[in-house]
Amino acid sequence: MTKNSSKRPTLPYWLLVMGVIGLGVVPVIFVRGQFIGSDQQGTEAIEQIQPSYKPWFKSVIVLPSKEIESLMFSTQAALGAGVVGYVIGHYRGRSLVQERNKPPTP
Amino acid sequence: MAGLICLTILLSPSPALAMHIAEGFLPVPWAVFWWLVSLPFFLVGLRSLSRITKEHPDLKLLLALAGAFTFVVSALKIPSVTGSSSHPTGTGLGAILFGPSMMAVLGGIVLLFQALLLAHGGLTTLGANIFSMAIVGPTVAWWTFKILRSSGFPRLAVFAAAALADLATYLVTAAQLSLAFPSARGGFTASFVKFGSIYAFTQVPLAITEGLLTVLVWNWLQTYGKPELTILQLIQQDD
Repeated sequence: MTKNSSKRPTLPYWLLVMGVIGLGVVPVIFVRGQFIGSDQQGTEAIEQIQPSYKPWFKSVIVLPSKEIESLMFSTQAALGAGVVGYVIGHYRGRSLVQERNKPPTP
Repeated sequence: MAGLICLTILLSPSPALAMHIAEGFLPVPWAVFWWLVSLPFFLVGLRSLSRITKEHPDLKLLLALAGAFTFVVSALKIPSVTGSSSHPTGTGLGAILFGPSMMAVLGGIVLLFQALLLAHGGLTTLGANIFSMAIVGPTVAWWTFKILRSSGFPRLAVFAAAALADLATYLVTAAQLSLAFPSARGGFTASFVKFGSIYAFTQVPLAITEGLLTVLVWNWLQTYGKPELTILQLIQQDD
């Protein structure tokens, strides 16, 4: 194994990851809430302010169930995560090759 | 422990709003108005997209990364301290890397995808949603980064840029809804206070999450993507 000569980030990755996870988990544990999807609640807030308002256009797609909706959202996340992973992996591989091809320092 | 209980009660559930205004939930004049406002930004973004891919084909992968990052995080509905959930925007990273006009296109594509395939947001409200998420958010990110990067803490600049872009997006949405639905008593201001105060609480933890995730990717890029960042003149050679 060659030693990675590139500068290590000052902020460790695990600390960032812990922060992200913590911010998501803490509310679920400590806050009593329904965690309802915000779409529905936004609609309700508008109905409170202007009860007479009727939406004049329907979504072009009707997702048959919550399960299908979550499928679509996870598909979106998976596609994105795949591309992010590919690009970062590509860059990392490139850096490693460059490092390996570097003449050894005396 | 008592403090924690107080906090829990203080932050008990209150209605929150979608960042994306739902389909049909803007009156026709406002829907048209926001479409007209967003269109020029989108066209400018298309032009800079074709320019940058022509001049620097090497940057296409990084462009894909910026778009994909928005794709991932805007699909994640994360629980917040208000007892409801909402999602980050992910537009800060791309705005820092490529400038705000590029994100009008990338963010627009994400919003179109969600409107067409996920019944999230909508076509009639796409103009308004592009304005908040893909135009104002990235512009705020870009300026924040520009101002703070000279402070000597580039990661802090990245974090602040992404977090503030997220918050700005939601504040704009609150303003758009308040313009379209002014309260019977108190008009725009009353509606904005209502929408805006709900957002402020729900979105702050998510803005922090978004900031942390953006710094995470930024760290990777600084370690492995130096050539690209150098092309974009983001890091000095001695960095």
